[in-house]
Amino acid sequence: MPIQVLMPALSPTMEKGNLAKWLKKEGETIKSGDVIAEIETDKATMEVEATDEGTLGKILIPEGTADVAVNTPIATILADGESAADLAKAPAPVAKAAESAPATAAKAEAPAPKAAPAPHAVAEPDPEVPAGTEMITQTIREALRDAMAEEMRRDPDVFVMGEEVAEYQGAYKVTQGLLQEFGARRVIDTPITEHGFAGVGVGAAMTGLKPIVEFMTFNFAMQAIDQIINSAAKTLYMSGGQMGCSIVFRGPNGAAARVAAQHSQDYSAWYSNVPGLKVVAPFSAADYKGLLKAAIRDPNPVIFLENEVLYGHTGEVPKLDDFVIPIGKARIARSGSHVSIISWSNGMTYALKAADELAKEGIEAEVIDLRTLRPMDTETIINSVKKTGRAVTVEEGWAQSGVGAEIAARIMENAFDYLDAPVARVSGKDVPMPYAANLEKLALPSAAEVVEAAKAVCYR
Amino acid sequence: MAAPKKAAASAEQDKTNGGSPPEFTREQELKALRDMLLIRRFEEKAGQLYGMGAIGGFCHLYIGQEAVVVGMQMALKEGDQVITGYRDHGHMLATGMEANGVMAELTGRRGGYSKGKGGSMHMFSKEKHFYGGHGIVGAQVSLGTGLAFANNYRSNGNVSVTYFGDGAANQGQVYESFNMAELWKLPVIYVIENNRYAMGTSVSRASAQQDFSKRGVSFNIPGKQVDGMDVRAVKAAGDEAAAWCRAGKGPFILEMQTYRYRGHSMSDPAKYRTREEVEKVRHDQDPIEQVRNRLLAAKVSEADLKAIDAEVRDIVNASADFAQHDPEPDAAELWTDVYR
Repeated sequence: MPIQVLMPALSPTMEKGNLAKWLKKEGETIKSGDVIAEIETDKATMEVEATDEGTLGKILIPEGTADVAVNTPIATILADGESAADLAKAPAPVAKAAESAPATAAKAEAPAPKAAPAPHAVAEPDPEVPAGTEMITQTIREALRDAMAEEMRRDPDVFVMGEEVAEYQGAYKVTQGLLQEFGARRVIDTPITEHGFAGVGVGAAMTGLKPIVEFMTFNFAMQAIDQIINSAAKTLYMSGGQMGCSIVFRGPNGAAARVAAQHSQDYSAWYSNVPGLKVVAPFSAADYKGLLKAAIRDPNPVIFLENEVLYGHTGEVPKLDDFVIPIGKARIARSGSHVSIISWSNGMTYALKAADELAKEGIEAEVIDLRTLRPMDTETIINSVKKTGRAVTVEEGWAQSGVGAEIAARIMENAFDYLDAPVARVSGKDVPMPYAANLEKLALPSAAEVVEAAKAVCYR
Repeated sequence: MAAPKKAAASAEQDKTNGGSPPEFTREQELKALRDMLLIRRFEEKAGQLYGMGAIGGFCHLYIGQEAVVVGMQMALKEGDQVITGYRDHGHMLATGMEANGVMAELTGRRGGYSKGKGGSMHMFSKEKHFYGGHGIVGAQVSLGTGLAFANNYRSNGNVSVTYFGDGAANQGQVYESFNMAELWKLPVIYVIENNRYAMGTSVSRASAQQDFSKRGVSFNIPGKQVDGMDVRAVKAAGDEAAAWCRAGKGPFILEMQTYRYRGHSMSDPAKYRTREEVEKVRHDQDPIEQVRNRLLAAKVSEADLKAIDAEVRDIVNASADFAQHDPEPDAAELWTDVYR
């Protein structure tokens, strides 16, 4: 029976890709290991190798096709003795383990397609953006790259260092093109030594340089956390104000997809516990850009928590010469009067979806995107709760000693008399992140849980 | 005069020094004596004040190791940076930081270098290019490598002198830093102050490779063992290492064979070594006595040496007086310098 070649997933979070090029023609013989096609994602161009032998029967997706979903059949391979007439017998295009493995990705398992992109509808205009400003549509990845490039053009003391940031163009392609524009002096590939290069970055910052230290993910920054906290965060205080450290530590934080416990952890609560650090965790493309620019200019150490799942998401970014969003200001992403839902980063995905659902049932939720976790914009939270009388926090991290717990405490301290119900927390479950797709889904918060919590605090 | 633990001299050492260090001029000898004496008397006074309860927390004295920082400082030029761990009082005085400010920091007073908020292990001086004062063993090695990174970035010709002990030399980030320093040819002199004990654990109980000058071998970083009790040997080695760095050849490791007379900290009962061992080093190899004897042999008068001693004692006594009478920081200082 003819074998189907499916669109492979080239990374844990890939949902679709472009079929850039066919390297084999219909009727050509194919041996296992032959490169048959090139696939482009927003991160990279990858080769698709055949894992089966035979003849390329039919190309189902012509080259140049954009946005081909993972697991879509892209071609059929005919085994010896089969002819094009057998093509009709090919199995229906149902989800099936990919027959073709990408050249470098882990074999065998085809990562499950992720959910559709998060809604980025924002009800409230951002006060930082003048009315009538032209907007451009960008991925978050591009917004981050532009923020770094603009700041590097503006200030020769700004440089980027990290694993694969230069020649490889970034493990997640966030630093794409920076090496070409700024050269190897300012875009520096490091060895895989997080502890060491974090310290090197802090030392350089103590002399007045402004490093952007990229961690491939914040999971690996645990190796470096001594330098981040003991050296970067505390030196200004310990030196009586003489010597500080203007440095940005950035990279993806939180759950990716199907990478299990050691690569899926939310560090929001860890870093936001530490005086001397600022902690930023944006959600929208515009915020990613404006806040990264602010972080790079900030004279203090800033932890800039990104989210891998969001990198490919697009949003409207103001086309301004110098778009900077101040650190420490939350934003009302959707206004409402019945319940306040407070979240940040990818938690906003669940919060906004839940708000849509709740609206259908007549509950108008006010959704607050904190954007910055330290210093926390308590005022915006409290003003909202005074209006709604109810609050739900949403985070991917664990509940115990979490950011949601902190928000609940602040609401209790500042708006106890306004509360009509106890604050509810929706969080990641109190377990290490499991690998199995169904368990992973259960371990993360969901829009349904947010809806349920919001209804509970509304006594509905 | 032999090093405390006579290790096999490296071939490089023999080649460059021929075994005995170049002589100092009389001015150099006098300066070395004065700077080492200042550290010794300062540390003795700090020990006293600790005993009186005027200094709290941890207090790690540098007595015995004075030739290392004084000799190294004589090899540096304006702009070169110094960074070290928690046994840092000597380094600060050697870079020219004021005794008053250091002592007042030890007593936690507002006139201290960190306004009383850093203490013994955490002091800094931008003006003197002293980057601390770090309490986490080994952390200063990555930071010092970062100072060298900045020198390279700015092409300013400066060298980072990064001190750490035989104990810190076993930390993982030291080797991460060695790798990057050689890879990027950073101008950093790694000065390993081997005083033979990491707190209470002797080098032989903690280190598989006890020749610390070889710790950079797998990174192709040259290293040298130096008699860290002879200020002339230290300076000569510092000159060589600094020239290497300034020529763009990358990092250099100097193992300074030295000895601390006092405990690891003030609260150290020192059960891990004998009194005789300490006395023998003090009697045979004291870095200050070596210089004093040479000066006397060169017909410098006792009176001249006493005058130096008196000048140093005055500075130290004044610093102790200042440090005990300067007010504590204002309560409002609790909340300052967290962010800028």
